Amino acid sequence: MIINSRFFNRSELVGFLALALLLFLVLPLSLDIFRLNLVAKYLTYAFVGIGLVLCWGYGGILSLGQGVFFGLGGYCMAMYLKLEASSVANTKIQSTPGIPDFMDWNQLTSLPFFWKPFHSFPVALIAIIVVPAIFSFIIGAAMFKRRVGGVYFAIITQAIAAIMTILIVGQQGYTGGINGITDLRTLHGWDIRTDHAKYILYFVEVVLLFGCIVAAQFIRLTKLGRILVAMREQEDRVRFSGYSVANFKIFAFCAAAVFAAIGGAMFTLEVGFMSPSFVGIVPSIEMVIYTAVGGRMSIFGAVWGALLVNFAKTSLSESFPQLWLFGLGALFIAVVLAFPNGLSGIWADHVQPRIDRLLASRKPKPAAGYVADGAPAE
Amino acid sequence: MFGDYSFSDLGAILAMQGFAGLILFSVYVLMALGLAIIFGQMGVINMAHGEFMILGAYVTWMTSNTVQHIAPWLFPGYFFIAMILAFIASGALGMLVEWALIRHLYKRPLDTLLATWGLSLILQQAYRSIFGAREVGVELPEWMMGSWQATDSIQIPINGMFVMALTILITIAVAYVLFWSSWGKQVRAVVQNRVMAGAVGINTEKVDRYTFALGCGIAGIAGSAFTMIGSTGPTAGQLYIVDTFLVVVFGGAASLFGTIASAFSISQTQSTLEFFLSGSMAKVITLLTIVAILMVRPQGLFALKVRK
Amino acid sequence: MLIGHQPKDFLLAVSGLTVSFDGFKAVNDLSFYVEENEIRVIIGPNGAGKTTVLDLICGKTRATSGSIQFRGQELTRLRENEIVQAGVGRKFQTPSVFEDLTVFENLEISFPRGRTVFGSLTFQRDDVVKQRVEEVAEMIFLKDRLNTYADQLSHGQKQWLEIGMLLIQDPDLLMLDEPVAGMSVSERAKTAELLNRIIKDRSVLVIEHDMKFVEDIAHKVTVLHQGQILSEGTMEHVKNDPKVIEVYLGH
Repeated sequence: MIINSRFFNRSELVGFLALALLLFLVLPLSLDIFRLNLVAKYLTYAFVGIGLVLCWGYGGILSLGQGVFFGLGGYCMAMYLKLEASSVANTKIQSTPGIPDFMDWNQLTSLPFFWKPFHSFPVALIAIIVVPAIFSFIIGAAMFKRRVGGVYFAIITQAIAAIMTILIVGQQGYTGGINGITDLRTLHGWDIRTDHAKYILYFVEVVLLFGCIVAAQFIRLTKLGRILVAMREQEDRVRFSGYSVANFKIFAFCAAAVFAAIGGAMFTLEVGFMSPSFVGIVPSIEMVIYTAVGGRMSIFGAVWGALLVNFAKTSLSESFPQLWLFGLGALFIAVVLAFPNGLSGIWADHVQPRIDRLLASRKPKPAAGYVADGAPAE
Repeated sequence: MFGDYSFSDLGAILAMQGFAGLILFSVYVLMALGLAIIFGQMGVINMAHGEFMILGAYVTWMTSNTVQHIAPWLFPGYFFIAMILAFIASGALGMLVEWALIRHLYKRPLDTLLATWGLSLILQQAYRSIFGAREVGVELPEWMMGSWQATDSIQIPINGMFVMALTILITIAVAYVLFWSSWGKQVRAVVQNRVMAGAVGINTEKVDRYTFALGCGIAGIAGSAFTMIGSTGPTAGQLYIVDTFLVVVFGGAASLFGTIASAFSISQTQSTLEFFLSGSMAKVITLLTIVAILMVRPQGLFALKVRK
Repeated sequence: MLIGHQPKDFLLAVSGLTVSFDGFKAVNDLSFYVEENEIRVIIGPNGAGKTTVLDLICGKTRATSGSIQFRGQELTRLRENEIVQAGVGRKFQTPSVFEDLTVFENLEISFPRGRTVFGSLTFQRDDVVKQRVEEVAEMIFLKDRLNTYADQLSHGQKQWLEIGMLLIQDPDLLMLDEPVAGMSVSERAKTAELLNRIIKDRSVLVIEHDMKFVEDIAHKVTVLHQGQILSEGTMEHVKNDPKVIEVYLGH
């Protein structure tokens, strides 16, 4: 399917292969496991970014609450891992053995009901997808059916991110509070803390990431992708062409939420804990920053944005903690003011034409998938 | 949660918490007024509004320190000076920001949101570099401390009444400027039809700049009031931005009366709930209620029905 | 009032339609009927409520009271997309096309198939779609511009594209809001030709100021004034109605 020229046009194919080469070969071969694990952590944000490209770049729906879905995915995974780490044998020094340590510290004597299903690995896996999907569906349905959009939607999703954080921090007996759910050890009996496990998890994540890239590209190329673009420009015209605009927005928002949740679940596995500091207003808006820097219209851009901004964040905040926030703020302003299409826009407008001229082979074709002239397209 | 209290107790608690919520109400009103001017009149989402408020708080703190050291006899009245300085400082910064950033983004409201977020990061780091990461508190002059014993069980803090009175004055002034002065008419003309307003000789650039500066300046005054209920730190403003936006949206973005009513109901709900629940749950319930109401009535409480 | 009594052969029956914006009645107790295959033109001075009437029929604005029956179906209770699916198409005053999409894609989106979320995910661009798009593109003089992005079209071409998007929906009732406004003389002639061709086999409701154009196409003319019907009948009848002359043609 990927080889089919209709699915990726030439420059997208180059981008796809370059990214695959980098993530599957170059980075694993050149980085030690500590650095590779960092890359894996950065890449979890790429999942969120891909969702935001669909929902924000294409659909024009800016969500400032993607951290909520990232967190839901992450917490679902963390709850399963925590229960596995809190076996009766591991927790026999507690006053109530068999429940997570933070519950014991908060004088809980039995497992809350909503934790119980997370004893089962399949249930946890399903929950990672279904819980954020349902939650985003409820928010999306409530808002989009009533035509709340644009700025109002952004502000309300941001408020939801705030509520979520306050709730997690405040209910520490049930959620682990500000520290989050820590001390995670095994996944279905398999120790996730070893170097070997980290290698495997890295590759699992990259495979999932490419799965999401392909899924997003598929959505983009269907008529649904075109309707998203159409909706962003002329919502009324779409409505008066017989479409329920709200349903399409709900779909885009739910898809973005599910992508973010997969990223969150992988984050828990890669980093070994989950905490409210990845849920609230600041992380949510940072996820938007990665996407904007990479290019809100580009699926690959989202991946690059997540990698590069996080890389810059780590290296700058290690050596110049003061400069980092100045840099991030300035970067964001610069992108919004001067390069609304981010790195991928710069690439497409300035780098690509030069490469084309250098190669001087063929004229660039119009975007694939749009071929629809009188002649048969096949 | 009400079970342990008698009716008269409850009445006293409600009244006390109500008056305790006065400063929060004032901060909300002032913040929201500034935001409502910028958002309601100009369509700009200023995510750095909290940082403009904190600038006002820092200015108040500096004024208080300076006055204490240089002119202690002036200390009882320093708050008035501080407020004026806070207004000027935040307003001037607002003017600069409008010139450098906002004016390029009038056609892209969602992008103003992102760009001003970048600005807020820069300002936070600037405060941290200049004033340090530690939170600072302001000392109040003696006459503002203590409270007035209204009845046996009800006490009203004096600083609360003072800030409240100031808020009322500022609100009236803003209402006058926006709705009755010729400058306010120009602002509304620019909002409704920028091209036409320019054509009839209104300097739209100047109107934009001063409108934005006014909104930021009022945030600075909110910062002065803020020093009485919280300690000032580099990131303190960020905690208020979501609340304030909800106040504005909840009230109906273009309605001054709506903004005040919604600031009042939100601050009172929160402050009353805080007595019975933990602070965090009070906040969660308050925010959830607003979000739920907004889902049912997205146009806010006080919006007119107009042809779109 | 005729509610419940109108003969079956009316395609559209508007009765007692009222909408008020904060007390101002933009449309006030309006009743009119459109037959199958009828071409009805609505004229009236600015602010008479012409566009509001179209907004009400297509669901963009909700009526305060009154009823709009389309083939016996009550439109005031339907959502916009359901009204479109019932067979009502609407062209806006200013051209509203999707500028970031090509002409082909613009037309394809309006093709009446795969209008649900999952329908659009599984939508295939098969020969039926391609053929229909090309057919319509030819009609709207844009056959050789199928791969052009719509933002590169001229104002008149955008108007045609929007008409084409309606055409591909194949509505039973076509509503056009000033279709020739802002067009050059040659574009105007071409549009008249286009409209004359597409108004066959369907009912059309047109708002237009161009009297020559109205005279050419109208079966019946409705004159609106201050949200109410001032006069209704053939162009000849309306033209000679002293009330009409006073408020509208006489200016």
